[in-house]
Amino acid sequence: MTSPGDSGTRETWALWEVFIRSSRGLSYVHAGSLHAPDSEMAVRNARDLYTRRGEGVSIWVVPASAITASDPDARGSFFESPEGKEYRHATYYTKTESVPHL
Amino acid sequence: MIPNQRTATTALTPEAIVSSHTTAQAPVAEYALGLGDDALILAQRLGEWIANAPELEEDVALGNIGLDLLGHARSLLSYAGSAWGKSEDDLAYFRCEPEFRCRQLFEQPNGDFAQTIARQLIASVYFGELYRALQASDDPILAAIAAKAAKELAYHLDHSVQWLRRLGLGTEVSHERMQRGIDAMWPFVGELFSPDRYADAAPGIAVDPASLRDAFDALVPGLIADAGLEVPQVPFARGGGRDGIHSEALGPLLAEMQVLAREHPGASW
Repeated sequence: MTSPGDSGTRETWALWEVFIRSSRGLSYVHAGSLHAPDSEMAVRNARDLYTRRGEGVSIWVVPASAITASDPDARGSFFESPEGKEYRHATYYTKTESVPHL
Repeated sequence: MIPNQRTATTALTPEAIVSSHTTAQAPVAEYALGLGDDALILAQRLGEWIANAPELEEDVALGNIGLDLLGHARSLLSYAGSAWGKSEDDLAYFRCEPEFRCRQLFEQPNGDFAQTIARQLIASVYFGELYRALQASDDPILAAIAAKAAKELAYHLDHSVQWLRRLGLGTEVSHERMQRGIDAMWPFVGELFSPDRYADAAPGIAVDPASLRDAFDALVPGLIADAGLEVPQVPFARGGGRDGIHSEALGPLLAEMQVLAREHPGASW
């Protein structure tokens, strides 16, 4: 919004990540992000933007700056380790005949 | 007492009102038309913010509030129109300025964001109290429309209060603008609680506007003071919206709202 008295440098609101819980007992799922001047307005904006069609019963908002993420460029070395380690999956193991009902 | 009276639950959407073939009695229709115009004109004003609000998120917030109000208007106009064989579109698009009955607050220009918030604060408290009282109406359709609207108004008020505080207690500029917005809208407060002859003609069904004043006075000046702002000491505007007397702001609004329907009657998309 440009207007008299505007310094010309436009301040932008902080970015918030939005998590929505669709029903009691389920996990919060990342729904998207939005801009808001503070956390209270972020919750209200999230209500307007992400629960228009009855998607949720509860909302979390987190400052995007508070999230520490893994480095996408390091994906190879970071996630390579599980390769070839099938024994980390339950299906790797054969059932023992002496244990019924497993 | 009311012809073709239906259970209240069928009145929640304009489509349900139309398909129920309920016919409003003439005094009820006359009263509902004024309430419908209040909601319709404010909805149209809020729609002007789409793509113009300070942030995309506020486009959506103001748009949501506007759409809620449009929903109230559609129900009220559909119900009013049932008395005269007219549709909601007939009433919205094919009446002229003096035939509109909105109180003058609702047609006032958006101004800057702060002025819109000031107008919305006053409107949300007024609508909230009105619909709370109207739920006890002897007319079951009006009571059902009011019950649905009252829930939505709680959120509208919250939105206005949040911004009132942030702007009032924010920077020097935001404080000054918020005060200016309240100053600009305050003259139109008095009319909201002034006599409405259509309400007088529907006792037991309509809400007496004067009965809403105490609740407004108990809430709004305190909210304004909490935001570090002052309640203006100004004379009230002359009013007369219910009688078709409007400020210069309504004409251009109607022109924009009605032009498409009038150039292409019956068009649908």
